[in-house]
Amino acid sequence: MSTTYVASAPDLLKPVPTREGTRLIQFREALREAMTEEMRRDDRIFLMGEEVAYYNGAYKVSQGMLEEFGPRRIIDTPISENGFAGLAVGAAMYGLRPIVEFMSWSFSLVAADQILNNVPKMLYMSGGQWGCPIVFRGNNGAGGQLGSTHSWCVEALYSNVPGMKIAIPSCPFDAKGLLKTAIVDNDPVFFLESERMLADKGHVPEEEYYVPFGQAALRSEGSDVTLVSFGRPVNFCLEAVKELEKEGITADVLDMRTIRPLDIGAVIRSVKKTNRLVVVDQSWPFASIATEVITQTCEKAFDYLDANPLRVNTEDVPTPYAKNLEAEYLPHKGKIIQAVKASLHRL
Amino acid sequence: MPMRTVYEAKIENLQILDEDGNFDTKLAPAGAPGVLTDEQAVFLLDQMIQCRRLDEIAFTLQRSGRMYTYPQNKGQEAAALGSGFAMRKGTDWLVPCYRENAALFLHGMPMHLIFLHWMGDERGNAIPKGVNITPIAIPIGTQMLHATGMAWAFKQRKEDKVAITYFGDGATSEGDFHEAMNFATAFNLPIIFFCQNNQWAISVPREQQMNSETVAQKGLAYGATCVHVDGNDIFAVYKATHDARERARNGGGVTLIEAETYRLGDHTTADDARRYRDEEEVESWKRKDPMIRLRKYLTGKGLWTDAKQQAAEDAAKILVADVVKLSEGMEKPSTDDMFNYLYEAIPEDLRRQRDTLRTHSLGQDPSQVGLQRR
Repeated sequence: MSTTYVASAPDLLKPVPTREGTRLIQFREALREAMTEEMRRDDRIFLMGEEVAYYNGAYKVSQGMLEEFGPRRIIDTPISENGFAGLAVGAAMYGLRPIVEFMSWSFSLVAADQILNNVPKMLYMSGGQWGCPIVFRGNNGAGGQLGSTHSWCVEALYSNVPGMKIAIPSCPFDAKGLLKTAIVDNDPVFFLESERMLADKGHVPEEEYYVPFGQAALRSEGSDVTLVSFGRPVNFCLEAVKELEKEGITADVLDMRTIRPLDIGAVIRSVKKTNRLVVVDQSWPFASIATEVITQTCEKAFDYLDANPLRVNTEDVPTPYAKNLEAEYLPHKGKIIQAVKASLHRL
Repeated sequence: MPMRTVYEAKIENLQILDEDGNFDTKLAPAGAPGVLTDEQAVFLLDQMIQCRRLDEIAFTLQRSGRMYTYPQNKGQEAAALGSGFAMRKGTDWLVPCYRENAALFLHGMPMHLIFLHWMGDERGNAIPKGVNITPIAIPIGTQMLHATGMAWAFKQRKEDKVAITYFGDGATSEGDFHEAMNFATAFNLPIIFFCQNNQWAISVPREQQMNSETVAQKGLAYGATCVHVDGNDIFAVYKATHDARERARNGGGVTLIEAETYRLGDHTTADDARRYRDEEEVESWKRKDPMIRLRKYLTGKGLWTDAKQQAAEDAAKILVADVVKLSEGMEKPSTDDMFNYLYEAIPEDLRRQRDTLRTHSLGQDPSQVGLQRR
């Protein structure tokens, strides 16, 4: 490839700055900053998806990016998810670095042959010759009365496939730092955002930083129980912890941040301290990430458990359309509090 | 109010050399662009002989248990060679499926990698750097989108390159074909969609696969230039592809070429075409064999003799014997290879699995299986 396209390597090992600060920006702005910073550095990167250019993104994540980078790098596509996913594969094989926006991960299902059967296997099936450094990103999970077909949580389904990485940020700080890592990573990354969090505000430092993959973050520290979660429900865990503290119950809240790789070591270390585990996961219970975390904990730290591990998933039904039912279906503070108390035999 | 015609189109068939060896000099005057020279035609016949030999040997290797499976190319060599020869080696890109070996060899694909691949080895798809070919795509149709993405990258980088992607008649039923055609034409990309219509998608004949009379006409819906050629006529295939390539380079966009041909063998070694095809049909296509046709033509022009044929066949035998030796002589992949190419850098848990499998024949974390204290 021509040298004009070679990017300067970012310093991934630089220490991550403190999370404390007053530069409050929205989750969507954090995502935009991540893409913009990397695109300024590396001309090979482009963003492609439905409505990303002239309309500034269906959820305004790419607002202003067409203006800065032009139609050569911010590309509106036909409504053809399998099409642009496959296009990204070809472009990546040729040396470009695509970011593909799925308006919703629910729509990625029609692109399954490309994203599951081609992307994660390309390097493997070519004896290490052809990688697919693509970031697929978009909204994942119930967006608020979008109905069952538009409310997919794909992490359990997709993480079953080896060959890609999966990141699920829970706050603007991680959204930016993880997305930047995803963009410079040479393996394919599925990046799962939540429509319900796009307007959430949080501190994002001025300085550039990368959040490494495979390192869980301890969001709250305690001694009675280990709460493991990722993505939006991390925030529900923190809400639950506040309530539980009033009753004298403290918890470690581990935000996994990436599902693949999964920082099971952090879970084990915490369980060895608290001896109790509750996993909160916004997808269906059967063969879910919660199932995986619990299985691995039993394999590696069974003797340390003083109670059977519990999981708080969604109910095992399609996402309901009705507002009240959807709220009941999802993991929430009340369910988490109940599970923690059950684990402590304090119901 | 009278009805008015809003769209009209026709699909024309291009044939330069017919099955009796008659050559249309009006369509292909010597020296004109897109017309093969005598020298080139002789070279391509020699290539055909090599590929045919390789194909036959692959079949016998499979039958004797030395190759896992193999899709024979027999009968379709003119389509592969004519189109491949029209693309610029080292500049343009070939995005193949699995029945255009001859084109791949022209562009530098080492023959033994094709054998290695079909013997069941991922390293067969580790195409050497500098060879502008993507891995053989086995899922039907996915590669057309990859080619489109690649062509999009050429355009984005303002590079003078053209992608050609190969697929069969059956693959045009896949959504991938339609999505790729739509993208490629909507973005006006430098790409050629080359359909080898060999009449059969495993056991399903073309007329059962689709109601369209031709594959070529499917491209009309997308605003592509659509060409129908006699796929067993190497002169027609070369000319059509050459013109498509020039069109693509000059911003003229996408061409869909339907090369009408016939697979003389089975779909792969896993089926038996005699069970679903009439012997008569096969016999009629044997008479149109591209190799016989080209040989007839060159012999008529005094450019080929029985002695040359014999020499070419002998040379092909030696060449293919070496390919067999080379591919069978490759060291077997190591157990580590199962894990090594999944990610750019091996993740910790996978490294542990790899190491455990190597030492204990157990592909798990040692702590899970009692090999190590928890």
